[in-house]
Amino acid sequence: MQLPVINNAASFPHPNPLPEGEGANEALRATSKSSGCSAGSCGSTDDQMSHLPDHIRDKVKNHPCYSEEAHHYFARMHVAVAPACNIQCNYCNRKYDCSNESRPGVVSEVLNPKQAVKKVLAVAATIPQMTVLGIAGPGDALANPARTFATFGALAEQAPDIKLCVSTNGLALPENVEELAKYNIDHVTITINCVDPDVGAQIYPWIFWNNKRIKGREAAEILIAQQQKGLEMLVAKGILVKVNSVMIPGINDKHLEEVSKIVKAKGAFLHNVMPLISEEEHGTYYGLTGQRGPTHEELQALQDACAGDMNMMRHCRQCRADAVGLLGEDRGAEFTLDKIEAMDIDYAAVMKMRAEVHAAINEELESKHKAKAAPKLVSIEGLKKAATRPVLMAVATKGGGVINEHFGHAGEFLIYEASGEGVRFIGHRKTIPYCEGGDTCGDGESALDVTIRELAGCEVVLCSKVGYEPWGPLEAAGIQPNGEHAMEPIEDAVLKVYEEMRAAGKLEAKPETAQKAA
Amino acid sequence: MALEIIESCVNCYACEPLCQSKAIYEAKPHFLIDASKCTECAGDFADPQCASICPIEGAILDESGVAINPPGSLTGIPVQKLAA
Repeated sequence: MQLPVINNAASFPHPNPLPEGEGANEALRATSKSSGCSAGSCGSTDDQMSHLPDHIRDKVKNHPCYSEEAHHYFARMHVAVAPACNIQCNYCNRKYDCSNESRPGVVSEVLNPKQAVKKVLAVAATIPQMTVLGIAGPGDALANPARTFATFGALAEQAPDIKLCVSTNGLALPENVEELAKYNIDHVTITINCVDPDVGAQIYPWIFWNNKRIKGREAAEILIAQQQKGLEMLVAKGILVKVNSVMIPGINDKHLEEVSKIVKAKGAFLHNVMPLISEEEHGTYYGLTGQRGPTHEELQALQDACAGDMNMMRHCRQCRADAVGLLGEDRGAEFTLDKIEAMDIDYAAVMKMRAEVHAAINEELESKHKAKAAPKLVSIEGLKKAATRPVLMAVATKGGGVINEHFGHAGEFLIYEASGEGVRFIGHRKTIPYCEGGDTCGDGESALDVTIRELAGCEVVLCSKVGYEPWGPLEAAGIQPNGEHAMEPIEDAVLKVYEEMRAAGKLEAKPETAQKAA
Repeated sequence: MALEIIESCVNCYACEPLCQSKAIYEAKPHFLIDASKCTECAGDFADPQCASICPIEGAILDESGVAINPPGSLTGIPVQKLAA
C-alpha cells in the first residue's frame, strides 16, 4: 500500500483546527480557509515544486534561487554590469555603496562585460556548485541592454553549462524579450510591487520613458502596463517568470494578494514576497521618512495568504547585485578584479570537473528523495494522535540540508515550522554571529541579544554545537538550545524534536516561557 | 550653451548612451560633458536627455551653473531630511 509520507503533508487536509492567538497561526488559518491546501502553502519544502510540470521542475531543480531544496546545495552569482536605471524606487538610494550591506542594488565594483565574463569563469572554477549567473543591477539589467547582452552572449558561448538569469523592473522588458530568448535565458525575474497606479505612485517617484522623465500616477501606470505586457510575452515564449514583490506595510501589503493572483493567472511560476529593507542610514526615501519594514510575522502571514493562489518562495536572501556563493553567504571578496586577473582558467577542464560535482550532488539528492519516499508510519501515527500546536524552530546550517553550523558562527538561521501537518520551511533570519559580536553592535545590544531578538517566536534552536555561555540566556528567552542533532538532515531533526516535545506534553498549550512574537 | 556633470555623479552610465551629440564621455573620477559638443538637446528633445534620466539630484548643472534637478526634486525626500 502506498502510504502518504510526512513530507507530502500538503496532500492531506488540515485534520485539526489550529489554535488561536499567535501571529504564525493567523497565517496558517488563512491558508486553511482556502479550499484545501495548495501545494506551496503548507507541507514540507519539497512541495514548493511539486505542482509544477516536469519540464519546469527539470529547469529549476539545480537553481538555488527557484528551488528551496537546491539552495542548500547549489550556488549563484551576480555580476554587476548594469549600473544604469530607468526608474526610481522609494526603497533604493542610487548613491549607496557599502561592502557591509547586503541588499539588492548595492555593489562595490561595477564591471564591464569582459571583466564580468572573466569573473564568472573564475568563480565557476573555484566554486563548482555555482550553477547560475544572474544580472540584477545595481541598476536595471534591461536599462543597460548593450552591457547585459554582451555579457550573456560571451557566457552562452564560453560557459554553456551555466544557467543565465536576469532581473528587471519590467519597464524595458517588452522590447527585449526577443533578445532574451536568443541567449537561451530561461528564467526572468520581474519586480512587480503593484498593479494599481495609485499604489504605484507611492512607490515610484519617476520613470524615464520615451525620452522624458515622467512622475506620479502616470509613471506608475506606464510601468505597470509594461510589466504586465512583458510577463505575458515571456510566458508566451516559454520563458520561466518569477515575480518579486517588496512588501511595504501600509502601502502595498494588502494589495500584494491581488498582485499574486494576477501574476499567477498570467503564468508566473513563482512569487517571492520580500520584506522592505529600510533604515535611516540607507538614505532612501522610505528610510528617511520613517517607513518601516514588515515584522517576521507580517511577512509570513502575507506569504501564506498569497500561497493560496500561488507557489511562494521563502528562501530568498535579497542578495547584493554582486553576490557570490551559496544563498546566505557572500564570497565576493575572493573574486575582486585584481584576484581574477591573476587566475588562468582552462574552461574545458573546469566544465568536466563541474559536471562531476553536479552529478555527485544530484545523486545525493536522488538518494535523499528515495529515502523520503519510504513510508514513515511511526511519525505519522505519532503526530496524528492528538491535536498539537505548531512550533517554530531555528536551524544553523552551512548548506547541504543538514545541521552543521555552530550557534556562535551562524550569521543567519533558517526557520522551520513543525506541526501536525509535517515540517515546512518558513524563511530565514539574519543576525550577527555570536562569536564575532564583540562591540560591533550599537545601542549596547550584544550579538547574543540581537540573535535572541531575531529568533523571537522560535522555541528551539538546532545547531551542531552551542556554547555554555549563550545557553542560559537562550533558555531564559524561551528558546531551547539543542546540539544533539549535528549532521542530521534538517527536516528529520525538526520532526524528531517536535515528537520529543509532544511526548513531553509541551504541545498542548502555549509554553509559559515562550516569547511573545515581536 | 552646455551642461556640466559635477562630482556627485555616481558613474551609472545612464546618460552616456542617450546623448545625441556624443558629448558625454567616461572619465575619472566621473563622467564629463564636452562643452564644445553639448547642445542641451536643443532641436532634438524637449528636455536635455542626461538630466532627464540622471538619478542624482544636483549632479548636472545648466549653463548658468544651477542644478537642473535640485535637492528633493527626484526622490521627494524633504530637504531638511536630506541635510541631516
